Order: sequence, then C-alpha cells, then structure tokens
Amino acid sequence: MTKYSLLSLVRNAGRGHRDWREAWRSPEPKPSYDALIIGGGGHGLATAYYLASEHGLTNIAVLEKGWIGGGNTGRNTTIIRSNYLEDASSRLYDHAVDLWEGLSRELNFNVMFSQRGVMNLAHNEHDVRELRRRVHANQLNGVDAEWLWRDEVQAFCPVLNCDPAARYPILGATLQRRAGVARHDAVAWGYARGADRRGVDVVENCEVTGFIIRNGEVRGVETTRGEIRAPKIGVVTAGHSSVMATMAGLRLPIESHPLQALVSEPIKPILDTVVMSNAVHVYVSQSDKGELVIGAGADLYNSYAQRGSFPVIEETVRALVELFPFTSRLSMLRSWGGIVDICPDASPIISKTPVRGLYFNCGWGTGGFKATPGSGWVFAHTMARDEPHSLNAPFTIERFHSGALVAEHGAAAVAH
Amino acid sequence: MSGRLKSGGAIDRDEVLRFHFDDREYFGHPGDTLASALLANGVRLMGRSFKYHRPRGLLAAGAEEPNALVRLRSGRAAEPNLRATMVELYDGLVAESQNRWPTLRFDVGEVNSLFAPLFPAGFYYKTFMWPASAWKHYEWAIRRFAGLGRAPEPGDPDVYEHRHAHCDVLVIGGGPAGLAAARRATRAGARVILVDEGAAFGGSLRGNGQAIDDAPGLDWVADVVADIEAAADAVALPRTTAIGYHDHNYVTLLERVGDHLPRPESGQPRRRLWKVRARRVVLATGAIERPMVLADNDRPGVMLASAVQSYLNRQAVKVGERVAITTNNDSAYDVAVQLKAAGVAVPALIDLREEVAPALAERLAAQGIELLLARAVVQVHGKYGVKGVDVMRLAPDGERVSGEVRRLDCDALAMSGGWNPTVHLFSQSGGRLAFDETLGAFLPGTGGQPAAVVGAAAGRFDLAACLADGDAAGLAALEAAGITRKGRMPQGPAAEASTAGTPPRNLWQVPTGPGKAATAKRFVDLQNDVTASDLALAAREGYRSIEHVKRYTTTGMGTDQGKTSNVNALGIVAGTLGQEISAVGTTTFRPPYTPATFGAIAGRHTGLNLDPIRRTPMQAWHEAHGAVFEPVGQWLRPRYYPRAGEDMAAAVNREVKATRTSLGLLDATTLGKIDIQGQDAAEFLNRIYTNGWKRLGVGRCRYGLMLHEDGMVFDDGVTARLGENHFHMTTTSGNAGAVLSWLESWLQTEWPELRVYCNSVTEQSAVAGVSGPNARLLMESLGGDLDFSPEAFPFMTWQDGTLAGLPARVFRVSFTGELSYEINVAASLGTALWETLMRAGAAWDITPFGTEAMHVLRAEVGFIIVGQETDGTVTPIDLGLEAMVSGAKDFIGKRSLARADTARGNRRQLVGLLPEDPYLVVPEGAQIVERAGMAPPVPMIGHVTSSYFSPNLGQAFAMALVEGGGARHGETVQVCWDGRSAPAKLCPPKFLDPDGSRARA
Repeated sequence: MTKYSLLSLVRNAGRGHRDWREAWRSPEPKPSYDALIIGGGGHGLATAYYLASEHGLTNIAVLEKGWIGGGNTGRNTTIIRSNYLEDASSRLYDHAVDLWEGLSRELNFNVMFSQRGVMNLAHNEHDVRELRRRVHANQLNGVDAEWLWRDEVQAFCPVLNCDPAARYPILGATLQRRAGVARHDAVAWGYARGADRRGVDVVENCEVTGFIIRNGEVRGVETTRGEIRAPKIGVVTAGHSSVMATMAGLRLPIESHPLQALVSEPIKPILDTVVMSNAVHVYVSQSDKGELVIGAGADLYNSYAQRGSFPVIEETVRALVELFPFTSRLSMLRSWGGIVDICPDASPIISKTPVRGLYFNCGWGTGGFKATPGSGWVFAHTMARDEPHSLNAPFTIERFHSGALVAEHGAAAVAH
Repeated sequence: MSGRLKSGGAIDRDEVLRFHFDDREYFGHPGDTLASALLANGVRLMGRSFKYHRPRGLLAAGAEEPNALVRLRSGRAAEPNLRATMVELYDGLVAESQNRWPTLRFDVGEVNSLFAPLFPAGFYYKTFMWPASAWKHYEWAIRRFAGLGRAPEPGDPDVYEHRHAHCDVLVIGGGPAGLAAARRATRAGARVILVDEGAAFGGSLRGNGQAIDDAPGLDWVADVVADIEAAADAVALPRTTAIGYHDHNYVTLLERVGDHLPRPESGQPRRRLWKVRARRVVLATGAIERPMVLADNDRPGVMLASAVQSYLNRQAVKVGERVAITTNNDSAYDVAVQLKAAGVAVPALIDLREEVAPALAERLAAQGIELLLARAVVQVHGKYGVKGVDVMRLAPDGERVSGEVRRLDCDALAMSGGWNPTVHLFSQSGGRLAFDETLGAFLPGTGGQPAAVVGAAAGRFDLAACLADGDAAGLAALEAAGITRKGRMPQGPAAEASTAGTPPRNLWQVPTGPGKAATAKRFVDLQNDVTASDLALAAREGYRSIEHVKRYTTTGMGTDQGKTSNVNALGIVAGTLGQEISAVGTTTFRPPYTPATFGAIAGRHTGLNLDPIRRTPMQAWHEAHGAVFEPVGQWLRPRYYPRAGEDMAAAVNREVKATRTSLGLLDATTLGKIDIQGQDAAEFLNRIYTNGWKRLGVGRCRYGLMLHEDGMVFDDGVTARLGENHFHMTTTSGNAGAVLSWLESWLQTEWPELRVYCNSVTEQSAVAGVSGPNARLLMESLGGDLDFSPEAFPFMTWQDGTLAGLPARVFRVSFTGELSYEINVAASLGTALWETLMRAGAAWDITPFGTEAMHVLRAEVGFIIVGQETDGTVTPIDLGLEAMVSGAKDFIGKRSLARADTARGNRRQLVGLLPEDPYLVVPEGAQIVERAGMAPPVPMIGHVTSSYFSPNLGQAFAMALVEGGGARHGETVQVCWDGRSAPAKLCPPKFLDPDGSRARA
C-alpha cells in the first residue's frame, strides 16, 4: 500500500499516475469471520478500523448493501462539534473531536477536518437562557465554549444579518472554536483504506437479509451473497436500524425520518465558520469548493425513502435568506434527503442487545457524522470486550426501560 | 471567426441593443441571448475553468452550458454564475466573466495548468497532511482558488412570489411532442399548464427548420400556442423551468418573469415559483446532445453540433468561417448541410462509424462536403480558439487510431457524441432508468408517478414520432383525468417520417494521437475540469460505484449538474472496469433541474414576513405607552413599560411592587385557549392531565399538568368546566399549537372512539388580568351584574356577566399569587376593556405590567413556567407537585413515572436559591456545583432555571433544579458561570405567601 504524501504524489505524477493501487480491495466475502459489521458508513467502517487497530481483530468484514459511505455519511452537512449539554454526551462527542484532530495523520488520508468554529444562534430570551446554560455546562466539563453577544457575533461573522429589527433578531450565540467541518466522503474512504490495510474485508453490494440466531446467540447472517458466519455482529445501519432489529426479533425505540440538505452554487469564500440556528431553522457552512452547505429540518413523517418534502426546503431557504440576505440572488444547486434514526431522547444507542453477540450502534438522529471516530472507537471496544466503554455506558438500550435518558433535544439543533 | 449572417434567424435586425461584457461595449438584437450576441461580435473566450483556469468558450446553446458562466448586472442586482446561453439580451445589459484575475485573457490562475500533473482527481486526499496543524493554511489557499463567481450583495432590489395551481395536465417542454400533447388536451377543455424554459415555444423546431402539416414548423407552433392562450382554462408559460418533481405529482416551476428586461415591470416579481399539483404530467423535456471526449475538446470554438445549428437558425450567427464536424450519429449531417447553405465552409464531416446510409452520404456529396468515415478527431489545435483539428483512422475496436495524421484547417469544431434524453424529472419523480445500448443513453424505465414521457425524452427523435407520441399522451391524459371529449377532435399533426438511419457508434472516449498529443487532456466534465484519465484513475483506485467516481473526481457535480458529462463518465468508467454500463449504475438526479434562486424559493416570506407577527387587540395601547416587547413564539408581548428615566430593572421593580401592594394589569391574551366539547370531554382530560377531571363541577376551574409519554412535563394551564360536556383549556403562550396537535394526535390515532372535538379559540378573546390586593375593589367599581364577594365568586371559579357594559367571562385564577381576575371579552372589545380598566383603576394607581414582572411575581410564590423550570427532563414529582399526580386513574406518562430512574429519590428537584450576596442576580442557566475551585470536568449537580431581584423580598432570589434538592434545604452550594462562582443557599421554592392565602383572599 502506497503511503499518501506530497512525495508519493510527485513520484506518481512522473509516471502518469498509473501506479496508484486501489484504496481498498473488493474481496469476495469469506464463509466466516471473527466479527462482522453490518453497514459500510463512517460509523461502521470506523468500528472495523478500531477493531483491527485497537483490539487486534483483523479477521473481520464490513458488509455494505450498496457503496460505502452512501447513506448518511455522504449526505450530511459535515458539522463537527461537542458542545452538548449532558455530561455523557459532551464526553462522548468531545472524545470524537480529539480523534478528529489526529484523524488525517492516523489514516494517512486527508479528511480535511477544518476547525473553523461553530456558532449556535439565540433569537429570544429562552434561547439565550438555554444556550448560556449549555456554555456554562461545557466550560465546567472542559469543553471549549464561549458566549458571544450580538456585536461579537457580527464581528465574528460579518455576513450574518444581525439587524436588531429583524423578525427574530440575533441576541447572541455560543461559539465552539474547536468545532468545524470535515470532508464526509473522505472519512468513509479513509477508514475503509485503513481497515483494508489491516486485513479487514470491505464487502460492497452485499445486503444482509436475515440473522442466524440459535439459543439467544447470534451465529451469522444471510446475505445476497450467501451465508456468512460470525460470533460477533455489530449493526450500524442508521435509518434502517429498525429494519435490522426486526430481522433479529428486537424492537428499537427509534423512528426514521427524512432529513434534507442542499447546496448553493459555488462562490468565492464568504462564510468562514459554521452557523446554526434553531429558531430560524437552518445551519450553514461553506465548503472548500465554495458551495454553501445548508441543513434543513427533519420531515415530520416516518419514511425509509431518501427524499423529503418541498415545504421543508422552503422553510429552510427562508431562514437562509433571512440570516444571510446576500443569498437572495444566489441559487440552490442541489438538494437531497437521507433517513435519520431518531431516539426519543435524541441520543444514540451504542449497546449490547438481548441477543448474545449482537450489538447495535444507532439512533444518532440528525447529528451522527460528528461522532464518527468516537462512535467507532467505543463500539469497537464494546464488541471486542463484550462490555461498553465508560464513554458509552450511559447509551444502552436499557435506558429506555430505566428512564435514565440522555436528553439532548436542545443540543440536537434540528427541530424534531 | 464567428459573426452574424446578413439574413435569417428569429432576431429583429431593426432594433439594436447595446450591452457590455467585461467593460467592452457590443451590440446585438432582440432575439439574441448573451451567448449568441457575443458570438455574433466575434467573442469566443467567455470563461475560465474551475481547476486549471483553461480558457473556455461556449459548448452549448441551452441550459446544459458548462463554461460560459457570467456575473450579470451590477451592484445589489448582480447575480453570479448565470449561463450566458440562458440570458436574454436587453438594452444596457452588463455582464462580466468570472473566476479569473486580473482579466479573462490574462488569468494568473492559469499557472495551475503547469502543475496539472500534480492535481489528478482526489489529489487533496493524499497530501496537505503534514504538519498536522497546517491544514488550515493549505485550506485557506485552496478556498481562494475554488468557487466560481463572487457572492451577490445583500439588499436584493427585486421581489419574488409564489403561486399555487392545480391542473388536469401539466406539459413540461414546449417542443413538438409537448405542444402536440398540450394541443390535444386544451381542445378537449382540460385545465392545461404548458411550460418551456426557453423564451419562445417550439423546442427543436426553433433550431432546425422542419415542417409540420406541410408548412413551416414554427407556423404550427404559433397556432398551437395561440389556441392555448385563447382557451379559458389553459396557460402557456415561456421562460419557465420545471425544477422539481415531488411526490403526488407535485411539480415546482420557476418562471423568469422579469429577467429578460432591464428591470422587472412595475409591480411584477423578478421570478415566480409555481407549485403545481397535476392530475397527469407529460414530460416532453427533449434531449441533450453529448460532447465527444477527445483531446483538447475544451478549446473555445469546440461546440455541440446542435448548438452550432441553433445559433445559426435562431440568431443567424455562424460560429466560424470554417466549421469541421465530427459525429457518431446521423443528426449532425443536417448541421453540415445548413452551415454550407449559410455560406460557411465545412472542410469535412468526420464520422466515427464505418458506414452510413447512402442517402446521407449523397446529401453531403451534393453540397461538396467531404465525408470521412471511420475517422476520429484526435487533437484540437489552438488555445483561445480552434485553429485546426487532427484526424486519424479509427480502429474497428475503437481503442486505437492509426495511419497518417491529417490536419484540417478550421476555426470551429461541431461535435455530436449522441443524444441523452432529458430524464432528470422522470428520475426525480421516482422512476427507474434503463440503459439503451443502441442509443447509448438512459431511457425512462419503470415506476414514477402518473406521467407520460414523450418524444426525444423517451428516445424518439424523429419529428413524426414525437408528434404522434405527444398527441397520444394528450389523449391518455384526458382519459386519466376523466374528461370527455367535446365536439370533434382534430387530426393529430403530421410530419414527414425520416428514413431509418444508422445507429450511433458509442465510443466513450476518442483515442489520442501519437507523440505529445498522447497526453492531451480529454475533458468529460468541462466545468469541474474532470478528464478521461481522472475517471480512469478513480476506477483504478477502487472507486467503482459511479457515486464514488462522482464524489472522488467531482464529475457531474458542477452547476450544470453533469447534463453533458454524466453518461460519458459512466461509459468511461464502465470501459475501464470492463463492465456493462448498467452494472456501474446510474446517478440519481436531484432537484432542482437547473439552479434555482434562493430568493424565489423564499418568495415573500422574508424580512418581517418571515413568520407572522401575532399581536393582541391591545397592541396599539402598549405601543403608545412605551412598552418594550419580547417575542414569545409568534407573539410580541410587552416585556415592561419603562417610564422616563427608568431602565428595565427599575421598571420591573416598580411593576412588581405595584401589583403586590395595590393593583397591576397584564395583557394575557396570548395564553393558548382551546375549546373542548363532546360527551367524552371529561374522560379525555382525565387521560391528558395528571390529575382528575371527572368530578370538577360546572363553573369551576382547575390547574392541570400534562406529560409526554416519558413522564416529563410538557405543558400546564388552568382549564375550566363550562358545561357538562364543555371545557375551556388554557395553555402556555408558546405551546398552544403544540398542545392542540398533541390533543388531536391522541384523539385521531389512539382514541378515535372518544367523542371529543377541539378547537383553537385563542384569537377569539382578548384577556386582561387584574391582579393585586385591590383587584376586587376595581372589579366591583366597574358596574355590572356580577357579585365579586369571596362567597359569590370564590377562587378557581368563573362566571359570565357584564362588566362596565361589556359582555365578559371572568375567571378567578391567579398566576401572580395575588387576588386576580382574568377578564375575557370578544377580541374586538379588547381595547375598550383595557382602557376601561386603566380609567377605573386609576383610583388604585393601576400599573400595567409586562412579562418580566409577571415572571418575578409568579416566582416569588413558586409557580413554575414550563420551558423554564422544565426542559423535557422534569417530572411533576421533581417539581414538588406530587399532589397533582393521581394514583387513582391512568394518564399519559403515568407508567413512565414508575421507571427506575424516573422514580429515584436524588433526581434534580426544584428548589429555591438565595444568593449569599443579596443583590447578586445569578444568570439563568448558571450551573450549580458543590464547591468552588474544582478543575474540569467539574461534577454539576444542577442549574439555575429562573433568577430575579425581588423588590418585595428586598433581595435577589432564584429557582433551580438540584440533585436531591428537596432534602437539602438550608445547605449552601456554588453557582458557576463564565469562570465565576457565588455561594447560595437552598430553600423551599416559595418565597412569599407559602400557603397561598393572598390569591384566595
């Protein structure tokens, strides 16, 4: 495997780039493995990577029904932050930010983690109270967080409409400077390449159609490419988690909803941070290619189809034009939808299940991308040791029985 | 050299339009686009490419144009990234080129081309990783190179509007097939909407001069459009693009109302977004020609053959003096003949195919045009404009070229790599595409919605077939819409059927020539500078799914959304992998079809119209009396009423004090009010609220808490029993809509057997709350038929009567903890009531108070505000409201209260908080910890929910949720915020009148 570097790029340029090897192999699935990951998104691939790199499990495979990174990994607006209210969430997400900071070097694949800061806007006294509460909690938890009043918001992001006479004027904002965005596809590809290099089989176009469960223990899966046996199986299938759970005879407290996003035409740099607003509902950043990347709210109805409704786009665009008036004469280039798996407390499930050897990592809802490295890291630990890491111990399925919820509706930032 | 012909074309030579491009003045005519006018003026260079900054000219004449993107207009009206091919010329037009510095001709960014070998697809994933902290610097530079145009300025001078429409048949595309469908449906009296993205109807007929019913095709077009315009229920919209095809035949259209004018007509929007629900949709969206992927195919002057033809016939513009043509199909032969007829030299027509129908060959021979079969263009010469092409023999397998290199002198190259039906909307509608090996293109397959795909969009390119197709689709749509034919139906239009042709030779990339030419770039996506070798590299590196290839190379991700590049890219990837195209996959087409202005999508919902502003009937009075407002949901509520010289604290203190000691007046109109009726109404409330409702007597009121299923408090309010089966519920101001939805969702989905009907009546009444020890005296002074004595009108009851001549409903309830009456009158009487109360209350120095004083007053007596003391994680028990929770009956959330964590004793519980510094108002949202000075992570045991200064207590006080706080009264904790901390003592959350006697007085 060629190491990626400026040097290797120069050397290959001299040979017309004919010698680059495939980033990951396309192996035929073997009849059995030591562990299987179902779902080749960022979280699943990261799990496989850390199983191999941290726990020495290399005879494993990732099964993906389509192409890797084709679900929410490749459809989200790539915001990374850890300014969550609850202790359990802020620790989990902050651990992910720690991993993000070293990820390009770790994977030898530039995932373009760009720490351009994330602002969450407050538009009324209630927002101010709740967001400042979050800032205070973050600071005590050691998560970087600042509170900016309107003038400071305007100075930090000059293109924002900070007119006090606006319909929902900006009163202030939280700012997490360590937060930012990354290149979503690169995360899937980088983890796939890293896992592949450690011996993991990344198997695309392989859809799981059923579980083989004997005496309350998982033994393997049926797939469109035959039966594959393994004593440990981790399911990381986001919007389709409830479908997979049904196959295993489980019920999850999860609803799947369409969530849409859109991009503008590319323009020269104008927005150098990430802006999120819950009251005037939109979140916006500008990609390195120049497109404004815009996140919308979730559709109210349940669906497994990756398309949302136009009224949600309209509401989002109104909010965009209100907060960034220059966009009135800019154009929407593309819009799309993904399916997000939302838990009642807007926090994930990273957990063992009543079926021995079967693990679920799901319920990331509208904000799973930011957690990708941390999610894979703790899930690998959970699968390898058959017990959760202290970081994900609060995120069990049992919490819905006990009521020990990790309520993050406010921090999820997406109206749902 | 390109230029204007002396005659022909649909332009008005009598009128001259002046325009500017990059500060130079040019002239054109009505009927020109910016693209055609620039061509007519000999301008070839119109843009620079995204990555390598290569000089670029026009490729196309329509919406698929990838290169000629301009910034149109100036100042606040400037708009970036517009395709010159879609910009209609008007007098005084100003445009400038983009993505170049300092000028289009001399662009410093062109140095990128020198380093092109270092910039293959995805190069940025492989480098910029050292040192780890440096990415932000690399990124800073990369961002400056990226992007196309500059952002527009804020302050858009134009307006946009929305229009909703329903129709029987929506015909998208006004070419021959679409017109035939629209004609048929219109004549039967159907409600028809016909749209076309062009400035005029006719589609391909505008560019190719074919005949219908033995007359010029455009005559037939004019007749059909006239018919539609004359019909009562039909509308024909030019300059209108169908941008999105959503579920249930819901199609969004973007009409460019004023873009072709110097400024929109007075009172007209610049653009109008139509939202159309159609019974049937006819997709007559035509086809887009494919470029050929050959060496240096991006040079200015290399154009689609159909574009060459379009400029010639529509605007009488010749794209060059000597135009070579290369093709893989029959369609370009007409172009050759027409060019020749217009006096343009055509040095040769270079066809990839080994043979063609003799009739075609003879047509060329008759015009003296040389036909080169089994030949390919292997190199284009010229940097800023075509200077010639090299032609070689193409091997039968298409993999190699051989023989001598023949150079043809020419100043333009017209190319046709086949045709892609425009299936974008069909794909958006949920339809699956099927690859047709013969055409080498995707055709509409199965699925989708109630729609018909006709004409070229369905892969039928012959005019006669298109007309028949459209006519049949029109008939089918009528049938589906249940419209019976009126009168005699006319014959369908007729055109001469063309003879069977030779199938195209689908060669996804033309081999390069020998020597230096071997490394020339063959562009697939011209806008994003993706070449054939980029695609091959991606495939080699394992990016095999077409979605991976797109994302890795960015092919098809530009503003043209890959209209000219997607199928070529797919073909090249399939070829590299040795797979069938159908195995590599199709890409999903996503809305919008062409970029859609955000302003148009937002419509009028901008600025203060972003969301409705709800005002109470007393708003004018509040404004006149200097109220400062705060938004509560959509409402604007007076927050406080400062007098001269008062700041907020002073005003609030005065209002609080006055209410506690004498008399205050609150506009309580915004409280949500829901009228609940039906024989099961009491049972329904019993299930919704935590406490019991069945035994509440008529005439009485009760405070209720409602929980979500998880046992957490969701809303609260006082509900009154108006009759045996009739209740009046109040909710928090911000939650009124959510509560009504909550009630309805339970009634409609879980308990459909209950006979209960809910209606929002919030706006029906104006509500004034009088509060304070003198409230009864005020009420009695008003005059009327109500007895306000404590015996006749006890606490938590209501009565109807007349007050000061106004019919009113009075609730004796209290949120301030004082003796209070909430007076409801018809909304139209709100101001009269308010002014009456102010007048009559003068004797007790009645003081209007706002939400801030209301918050202080209620906190002093320990009343919660949902959303402040609660945040979705708080149970009634946490709030100390155990008494509100019935053990005798079931209600929503009850089961959850028994869950282990929900029932544990040391949950965060509501407490009072008295800062040791009596004048320190700690910030709401401050965290509570056991002791000061700990290093992160600091264990947090609670947070401040409400915090005020109380003029009645003479000190600051707060409410908080603290772990096990109910059992810790008297203990001291630390309140932390912004690196500060302050000690405070926990106490019961009731600071005044703990037994509630004042409200009962």
